[in-house]
Amino acid sequence: MDSAVLIHRLHFAFTVTFHYLFPQLTMGLAPLVVALKTIGVWKKDDRYNQAARFWAKIFGISFVFGVVTGIPMEFQFGTNWSHFSRFAGGVIGQTLAMEGTFAFFLESAFLGLFLFGEKRLSPIAHWWTAVAVAFGSWLSGYFIIATDAWMQHPVAYTMTADGKGATLSSFWGLLLNPWAIWQYFHNMAGAAVTGAFVMAAIGAFYLLSGKHVEQGKIAVKVGVLGGIIASLLVIGPTGDGQGRNLASYQPATLAAMEAHFDTKTADLVILGQPNVESKTIDNPLVIPKALSFLVSRDWNSQVQGLSAFPESEWPTNISLLYYAYHIMVGLGTIFMLVMLISGVQLWRKKLYDSRWLLWILMLSCPLPYIANTAGWMTAEIGRQPYLVYGLMRTVDGFSKSVTAANAWFTLIGFLGMYTLLAILFLFLLQREIAHGPEGETLAHSNAAGRN
Amino acid sequence: MEFTGFLWFSIISVMLATYVVLDGFDLGVGALHLILGRSDEDRRKIMKSIGPVWDGNEVWLLATGGVLYFVFPQLYASSFSGFYLPLMMVLWLLMGRAIGLEFRTHINDGIWAAFFDAVFSIGSLLLAVFYGAALGNIVRGLPLGPDHYFFLPLWTNWNVGPHPGVLDWYTVLSGVVTLVALCMHGANYLACKTDGDLHERARKTSLLLAPLVLVLTLVITLATLALHPGVVANYNALKIGYLIPVLIVASLLGVIFFQKARKEVLAFVSGALYLVLMLVGAVYALYPVILPSIDPQYSLTIQNSITSSYALQIGLRWWILGIVIALGYFVFLYRMFRGKVVLDNHGGYGD
Repeated sequence: MDSAVLIHRLHFAFTVTFHYLFPQLTMGLAPLVVALKTIGVWKKDDRYNQAARFWAKIFGISFVFGVVTGIPMEFQFGTNWSHFSRFAGGVIGQTLAMEGTFAFFLESAFLGLFLFGEKRLSPIAHWWTAVAVAFGSWLSGYFIIATDAWMQHPVAYTMTADGKGATLSSFWGLLLNPWAIWQYFHNMAGAAVTGAFVMAAIGAFYLLSGKHVEQGKIAVKVGVLGGIIASLLVIGPTGDGQGRNLASYQPATLAAMEAHFDTKTADLVILGQPNVESKTIDNPLVIPKALSFLVSRDWNSQVQGLSAFPESEWPTNISLLYYAYHIMVGLGTIFMLVMLISGVQLWRKKLYDSRWLLWILMLSCPLPYIANTAGWMTAEIGRQPYLVYGLMRTVDGFSKSVTAANAWFTLIGFLGMYTLLAILFLFLLQREIAHGPEGETLAHSNAAGRN
Repeated sequence: MEFTGFLWFSIISVMLATYVVLDGFDLGVGALHLILGRSDEDRRKIMKSIGPVWDGNEVWLLATGGVLYFVFPQLYASSFSGFYLPLMMVLWLLMGRAIGLEFRTHINDGIWAAFFDAVFSIGSLLLAVFYGAALGNIVRGLPLGPDHYFFLPLWTNWNVGPHPGVLDWYTVLSGVVTLVALCMHGANYLACKTDGDLHERARKTSLLLAPLVLVLTLVITLATLALHPGVVANYNALKIGYLIPVLIVASLLGVIFFQKARKEVLAFVSGALYLVLMLVGAVYALYPVILPSIDPQYSLTIQNSITSSYALQIGLRWWILGIVIALGYFVFLYRMFRGKVVLDNHGGYGD
C-alpha cells in the first residue's frame, strides 16, 4: 500500500466520489424546482411556490456542499496529477477554463438571488433566477463531461513537436466529442433519477407519517412524474448510446464489463461472478445472445472478447468493473419498475394510499446515489490502464514529485474533513425535513450573511 | 506569439488582481470578524455584509486557476505539485471558512454560532497569511529542477537559502504584510457597508492599520532588495516603473486621508488600488518569468510554458464573451445589494 500511484488514485477517487454525491442531487433537483416554480408563477398556485421554496432550501444546502467539495477537484489535476496536467492541459485546459468562466460565475451570482431574493424580485424575475441557476449547473456538468470524455476518447488534438503534450486542433471537435454527447445525457438522466427519487422519498415520508400531507402529495407526484421520464431516459437512448460508444471506442472495456472472455455470440449476464482465472462466469444467469443484439442489433453477431486484446490493454480490475457495471444496470432496471408502478398508481389516483409503495419509494432514496457512483466507477475503472485512453497510462500521469507519504497525509486529512462534512450535511438536511415545507421558515434559517 | 503571450499574461494578472481585491475584502472582514463583532448582532451584520457576494468573489480564484491551466499547463503542473502541502491546507481552510459562513445562522443556537464564527474567522486569517506567503515564495524563487518540477516542504531552517521551505522568515513576513493589508481593506469595506458603532470601529481600525501597512511595505521592500538586488533590473530598463512605488505610498496616504474625511468609498478604492499596485510591482519585476527558479536557467517563462497559438486564439474569443457576461452579473449583484446592511429579524428571508 505504499505505491505512490495507488495513493494518488485513491485520493482522487475518494474526493471525487464524495463530491459527486452533491452535484447529482442539485443537477437532478434543478429542473424539478424550476417545474414547481413555473407552476407556482403561471397558475398563481401558492402551494407550488411553497414547494419550490422548500426544495430550493434542500437544493441550496446540497449546492454549498457541492461547491465546497468541488474546489479540490480542479486543484488536484495540478497537485496530484501534474504529469497528466502537463500532457493534457493544452486540450482540457480549454473546457476547465470555460467551466469557470461561463458556469461558475453564472451559478454564484444567481444562487444567492434565487435563494434569498424572492422578496426583492418580482415573481417573473425570481423565476428567471431559478432558470439561471438550473442552467448554470447543467452547463457546468457539460464542461466536466467534455473533459472526462477527452480522457475516455481523445479527439481534436495533435502532439507537440517535443512529444511532451497534446494541443488542441479543433475547438468544436473537443466540445462535440461523440463520447461526450452520450455520456452527458446519460449522466444527466442519472442525476435526474437521484433528484426525482429524493423528492418522492421525502414526500412519501410525509405521507406515511401524516405530516405536511398536502406538500407530501406534491412532492410524490412531481417526483414520480420526473422519475418516470428520467429512469426511462437513463436506459434508452442514453444508456444504450453510451454502451455502443464503448463497443466502438473501448471494446476491451466493454468485454471486461460484461466478463465476456472469448470472441463469439455474446449472452447478457444478469447475475454471476466472473472467474478471471478460468475465463468463465460462476453461477451464471444469462439472457442468451442479448449482448450481441445490444451491440450491433444482430442476435448472431460476434462480440470481441477480452482474449482478443493483449493483457496489457485489459482494465486492471476486471471484477470490480464487472460488479460496478452490473450494480448500475440492475438498479437502473429497478428504478424504472418502481417509477412505472408508482405512475400507474398515480394515474389510478391510488398512489397516496398505497402505503406499501410509499414505503418502497421512501426506502429507495439511497439507491440512485449507489447507481450513479457505480456508473462513474464503471467509466473510470473501465478506462484503465489508461489515464487518457490509448495515449497516456495512469502510472505515467501522477505527480512524481509528491511522495506516497505526502499523498497519504492529505488523503487522511480529507477523510477526516469529509466525515465531518457528511455529519453536518445530514444534520442540516434532517432539520429542514423535520421542519417541513409549511409554515414560517426556520428562524434565521437561511445562509448566514444573506439573512 | 510575443504579443499573444504578453496579452494572456496580462489577462491572468488582471483576473488575479480582481480576485485579490474582491476576495481580499471578504477575507479581511473575516479576519477581523471576532475582534470587530462584539455582539451577536454585530457579527450577523458583518457576515451579512459579505454574504451575497463572497461566493462570487471566490469564483475569480477558480476562474483564474482555470485560465492559468489553459494558458500555461506547465506552470500549473509545476506550481501545484510543488506547493502540494500548502495548497491542500488552503483547500481545507477554504472549505471550513465557507461552511462557517454559510451555516452560521442556519442553526439558531449560541454554541453553534460561536463555533462557526471561530471557524470562519480563523480560516480567513490563515488564508490571508498563506496567500501572502505564496506570493513571497514566488518572489523569493523556487528550487526548480531541470524538468521544471520541485517539491517544497512546509519549512526547513526558516532561512532563505538553497533548500527553502514554504515558510521562512521572508515568506512569513510577506504573509504578515498581506494579513495586515487585507485587514485594512476589509475594515474599509465594513466602513462602507455598516453604520453606528460598528462603522466607527471599522473606520478606526482602518486608520490604525494603514500606517502599519506603510511601515510593513517599506520593510518587505527593503528585505526583497537585500535578498534579490536583481529585482530592479526591469525597473531600470523601463524607468516608468519607478512610478509604481510612488503610487503605492500615495494610495496608502489616500486611505488615511479619505477615512479622516469620512469618504469611506474613496478610502476603499484607495485601499484596493494599493493591493493592485503591490501586485503590479511584483509582476513588473518578474516579467517575463512566471515561476522563478533559484537556478535561473530552469525558470518558467511565458515563452517556455505557453500553450499552442490555435488554442489561444479560440480561447480569446470565448474568454472575452464570458468575461463580459460575468462582469454584467457582478454589476447586477453588487447593485442589488448596495447600501448599508440592515438586519431583518423576522427569520431573514429575502432581505
